[in-house]
Amino acid sequence: MRLDVVLRVATKLFLPFILMFALYVQFHGDYGPGGGFQAGVIAAAAIVLYAIIFGLQEACKVVPPAVVEAMVPLGVLLYAGVGVASMFTGSNYLDYSHLAHDQVHGQEWGVFLVELGVLITVTGTMTAIFYALAGRGKQDEP
Amino acid sequence: MKIVTEIIANYNYWITIFLMVCGLYIVVSRSNLVKTLVGLSLFQTSVYLLFLSPGKILGGTPPIVADGFTVYSNPLPHVLILTAIVVGVATIALGLALVVRINESFGSIEEDEIIDRLRHE
Amino acid sequence: MVLLTLLAAVTIGIVRTRSLFAVAVLLGAYSFLMASVMIVLDAVDVAMTEASVGAGISTVLVLGTLYLTKVHETPPRYTAMLPLFVAVGTGAVLIYGTYGLPEFGAANTPVNTHVGMSYMVRSIPETGIPNVVTSVLASYRGFDTLGETAVIFTAGIGVLMLLKRFGKKG
Repeated sequence: MRLDVVLRVATKLFLPFILMFALYVQFHGDYGPGGGFQAGVIAAAAIVLYAIIFGLQEACKVVPPAVVEAMVPLGVLLYAGVGVASMFTGSNYLDYSHLAHDQVHGQEWGVFLVELGVLITVTGTMTAIFYALAGRGKQDEP
Repeated sequence: MKIVTEIIANYNYWITIFLMVCGLYIVVSRSNLVKTLVGLSLFQTSVYLLFLSPGKILGGTPPIVADGFTVYSNPLPHVLILTAIVVGVATIALGLALVVRINESFGSIEEDEIIDRLRHE
Repeated sequence: MVLLTLLAAVTIGIVRTRSLFAVAVLLGAYSFLMASVMIVLDAVDVAMTEASVGAGISTVLVLGTLYLTKVHETPPRYTAMLPLFVAVGTGAVLIYGTYGLPEFGAANTPVNTHVGMSYMVRSIPETGIPNVVTSVLASYRGFDTLGETAVIFTAGIGVLMLLKRFGKKG
């Protein structure tokens, strides 16, 4: 029996709950504490936990580095895109008043898309930094 | 008794200043680069406390609008500090990456040894 | 108040230890204590961010750096008297400055009367979002959040440029 059986089983039990909690914090940021940043960091922490317990190779198979590096600018693009879309509807930059049929729904759509952009960028950045730090130690290449 | 009430009212700010002074001391005096970055992080978090303390109203609740509560704490400092926390962690991440590269180039992370190595080249 | 004293004790520990691994663990404890203090100050969003960012990501970053460098700090070569005087002098001047601050927790200070409180009454009619911190962050002050997201993006690109190994080059 390997020595880290307890850690592996506990991680496998915990990981779905951590990811679910990250999504909960993201989507309930309007009604309770939360929002994009907290949810992004919690999701990145889940990926980091998986990489620590099961090894960097396994984590790279599940969440490839190419996907993570593509996520980093995608969130900023989404955020700026919402601003430009607001300009197309006739208001100022990042003014969500006319994105939907009335002002309150426009604001809710705007805030939802903006927080989604923040989530994508924060998760991508934190995971990319961890992959870079952990992948640097391989000094045994000839 | 007036000195006791004065201490209790100002204890918050004094501990914040103590944390700030500790962070400043670590940044100025230690020569290990990782410890310097840790001191910078201490300094930043003490500034967050300094910002949040005047925003609290005694007898208020967190600034989430709900039925039955009328007095809320001020939400504006919370927003500014949220941005500041995330910028702080970005700074620390970049600083630590630079420390790793310095270690690979010069072989150590103590300022004294790096300056000696540069002086003897 | 007990929390604040614990915070000061943990800080003294961080200043005095020589083992950098202990510094990483103490930094995590410091972040959790700071998050608890923030909850007492009614800042729940900020507390959640500080707990997750400080105790989660910051500890992982410091441990990752220690994995790639060394773990012990060498003792200093000279005694640090001048920095101590500078630090204590700055602290004394700042404590003298706190006597000009308004009373703690009052509701009629200039901080709590102008635009900050007007967001509380304007949030539900204009945006329909009960969490005022989120609505201010994403709608009223959305431009600042765009800048903040750009800062995270820049830090991520910077770290990737510094540390990533491309292909099989050593």
